[in-house]
Amino acid sequence: MSDRTRHAKPILIRGGRVLDPASDVDEPKDVLIEKGVIAALAKPGSLDADGADVIEAKKYYVTPGFIDMHVHLREPGYEYKETVATGCMSAVVGGVTSVACMANTNPVNDNAAVTQYIIEKAALAGLANVFPIGAVSVGLKGEQLSEFGEMAEAGIVAVSDDGRPIMDCNLMRRALEYARMFDFPVIAHEEDLALCEGGVMNEGITSMRLGLRGIPAPSESVMVARDIELARYTRGRLHVAHLSTAESVEMVRRGKADGIDVTAEATPHHFTLDETAVDDYNTNAKMYPPLRSRRDVEAVREGLADGTIDTIATDHAPHHRDEKGVQFDEAAKGIVGMETVLPLTLELVRQNVLTMRRMIESLTIAPARNLGLDRGTLAVGAAADVVIFDPEREWTLDASTLASKSNNTPFDGWRCQGKVTRTIVGGRSVWEDAQ
Amino acid sequence: MAKRILNEQQIGRALRRIAHEIVERNGGAEQLALVGIRTRGAPLAERLVAAIAEIEGAPPQLGAVDVSLYRDDVGMGSTAHLGPTDISFDVNGMTIVLVDDVLYTGRTVRSAMDALIDLGRPSAIQLAVLVDRGHRELPIRADYVGKNVPTAREQKVQVKVGEQDGDEGVFLEEDVDADGR
Amino acid sequence: MQTVARRHLLGLDGVSDEDILLLLDSAGSMKEVSARDVKKVPTLRGKTIINLFLEDSTRTRLSFEIAAKRLSADSINLSSRGSSLSKGETLADTARNLAAMAPDAIVIRHASPGAARLLADIIDCPIINAGDGAHEHPTQALLDLLTIREHKHEIDGLNVVIVGDILHSRVARSNIFGLLTLGAKVRVCGPPTLLPAEFAELGCELHYDLASAVKGADVVMMLRIQRERQGHNYFPTLDEYAHFFCLTEEILAEAASDVIILHPGPMNRGIEVASEVADGPYSVMMNQVANGVAMRMAVLYQLIVPGAGGIRGSEVTDRQVEPVVASGGRA
Repeated sequence: MSDRTRHAKPILIRGGRVLDPASDVDEPKDVLIEKGVIAALAKPGSLDADGADVIEAKKYYVTPGFIDMHVHLREPGYEYKETVATGCMSAVVGGVTSVACMANTNPVNDNAAVTQYIIEKAALAGLANVFPIGAVSVGLKGEQLSEFGEMAEAGIVAVSDDGRPIMDCNLMRRALEYARMFDFPVIAHEEDLALCEGGVMNEGITSMRLGLRGIPAPSESVMVARDIELARYTRGRLHVAHLSTAESVEMVRRGKADGIDVTAEATPHHFTLDETAVDDYNTNAKMYPPLRSRRDVEAVREGLADGTIDTIATDHAPHHRDEKGVQFDEAAKGIVGMETVLPLTLELVRQNVLTMRRMIESLTIAPARNLGLDRGTLAVGAAADVVIFDPEREWTLDASTLASKSNNTPFDGWRCQGKVTRTIVGGRSVWEDAQ
Repeated sequence: MAKRILNEQQIGRALRRIAHEIVERNGGAEQLALVGIRTRGAPLAERLVAAIAEIEGAPPQLGAVDVSLYRDDVGMGSTAHLGPTDISFDVNGMTIVLVDDVLYTGRTVRSAMDALIDLGRPSAIQLAVLVDRGHRELPIRADYVGKNVPTAREQKVQVKVGEQDGDEGVFLEEDVDADGR
Repeated sequence: MQTVARRHLLGLDGVSDEDILLLLDSAGSMKEVSARDVKKVPTLRGKTIINLFLEDSTRTRLSFEIAAKRLSADSINLSSRGSSLSKGETLADTARNLAAMAPDAIVIRHASPGAARLLADIIDCPIINAGDGAHEHPTQALLDLLTIREHKHEIDGLNVVIVGDILHSRVARSNIFGLLTLGAKVRVCGPPTLLPAEFAELGCELHYDLASAVKGADVVMMLRIQRERQGHNYFPTLDEYAHFFCLTEEILAEAASDVIILHPGPMNRGIEVASEVADGPYSVMMNQVANGVAMRMAVLYQLIVPGAGGIRGSEVTDRQVEPVVASGGRA
């Protein structure tokens, strides 16, 4: 236990509605946090304040802190876009208490030293927990396996070449097999580079009107198909990152039905926006995988609803405004996402696509299980990573006031409903909404 | 409220008189051309050409000029309609009578002269207008005037010709903003 | 008087039939100027027009330069060679620098789709798109429409065929938008690799066979096949492409008896069009070139002269992103 944790005052969260899918709790309860863990859950009003900091949570939800298993913290190497510290700040503002960060830094996180560096930076920041994801291949070159074991000992929770696909089938096979030694998943960024051929948005009616090179939907689904077959054959653990097409969702559905160890995530922008958001060459609507057709968006929502897509992850990808303020075909790909995950996901609940419970599940226990983390629950004795949010509060997103160092979001100016009021990590309150 | 100050008959008489004056001053229809300033100057020029043909037995040349490309300021009215300039005869050495419906600040006529001079070197340019409403901003005067109508700046003089507007007459409107024409 | 809401000519997508016809009518007046001895009118005297041509072009740039000069404007040419852009300056920074010099209009050609739009976001003067990647080339389409109207009087109901690399062609896109808006029936023809199915969604008929596409056509528009497309597997060889898609006299016989043939140039003889056809009586390619200057004069006039009609709806507004199901979302 860290010094900070040992000396933190107890916290009593009063009157909130506790929703913890992992322990099957969905009712008003008071929550007592002591020495960094959940000490007690009890009927509202029945716990003594007794020197604890009291947080009034009436009409708010109290859930396990969100776990975002797809975040780009950009440090080391791209600190002008984001650092571990600013990224963790963005996380806790958005209610994310644990972040799994991708390896496409500079230098690439393909060895224990960089893994340790990231973990140390996170500890210094003292905000969200950070669980690094190590690279599958050295330098992300897609040629040679990196040292999964040494990195595992340093603290990685999964491997991924995210940012790039693993084009070499045989390397993917070996990665799936070798990762079995460490019981963590290979997270696959599914993109057939040849089919993409310099494409910058979804291939469809919008790309045709705008004269932009398109990325056809099969560039994702052919790779999903390939990797599911490899997972089937190797009995390895596959996690499909940022699913975006109807065909991919269907393949994962069948893979799960066939008993293959495959899990999948989708981002809020892939269940909120479609390719028409690119109209007028909006570079804040440019990312990989691109925003797809309406039909694909519906399929992603269905996949989330029926559990085919078990996890919501933001693919938080900060880029400097100089990298976005250029012509569409030259703009960097990606948008930030941790500070908008709550209102966008609540929107699905409001539209009756997801139940509240399913939503929280996809943000807490599902990613925790995928990464083998002992988190994502509010059971007594669990780490006190808690988020308190007001599902009704309306606010307007102002990109210029985001906690992230970058502000590349297409949701600037949006009227949002749903706000984090308090974020607690390891029993310490790390963020509180000003209101 | 618009007041009709000239009706169809009065316009007809004024044009016939102007036709006679043009012929008298220029000693016939030789080397003579009438060029209407679009849009309403054009039908008036056509009628004058027909009237002169009756008087002299032969018509003078007829043309039309669009001054949109020669405007000197926005206040010259709307440029919504860019029409063609149609002068198929050789301008050099001709006496050209510009024809317009209303003479006001004189800027339109100045633009029309620029347009003519870009096409060649007329030996003389004269000006015939149906109505002179005063308020010149440039040293331009009409050689032939149908009717002098003193006006205030806030008033508007509108000419309607059968060929374009169905109705025919000269109308005086009150209480229009200062740069109404 | 029409409401003046014009700002730019970024493309013909979304431009009304009224505004297109207004531009075509204006070009008629401009043609008269080009027929004079002294080919100049003072309309844009004292106005500065910058030609920012960041993609090679001789013909279009020349056409814009002459158009500007005939209207007495000061026409300045900037190209990428030897400019700050070749030193790594971004287009956005170049735009900001140009804005500081208060130009009255900028004509831009660039390889990136949306480059003209990027300029319109940054600079507060009319922007004229002279070709942005595969997106649009509106003045080319306008001069094509003008040429078609000169020969056919009415565009509504005409059978028009566009042949070639539709996928990569900005000329095709602008023409398709303009022709459909004016009521023409448009067929597009080429190999399936170059004919995206989405063009059918726009309202075109797709054809992979040239003879059937040309059957009964009033207008045939042939597009350039760029030699660079070879080697990217859109078609095996230029020979095979020409074998199936070259407009020969034999195929042309299928068209209407008074068919006209257009080509934006420069033409690859024997690949897109057989020489006999290019030099034959049905070709109106030279008219296109002649109309180019007048059309561009009309565009400059409509966008720069304060009292002119302008192009309604071409203001660029802040981008709005909408959610797929419209509950919640935008403020």
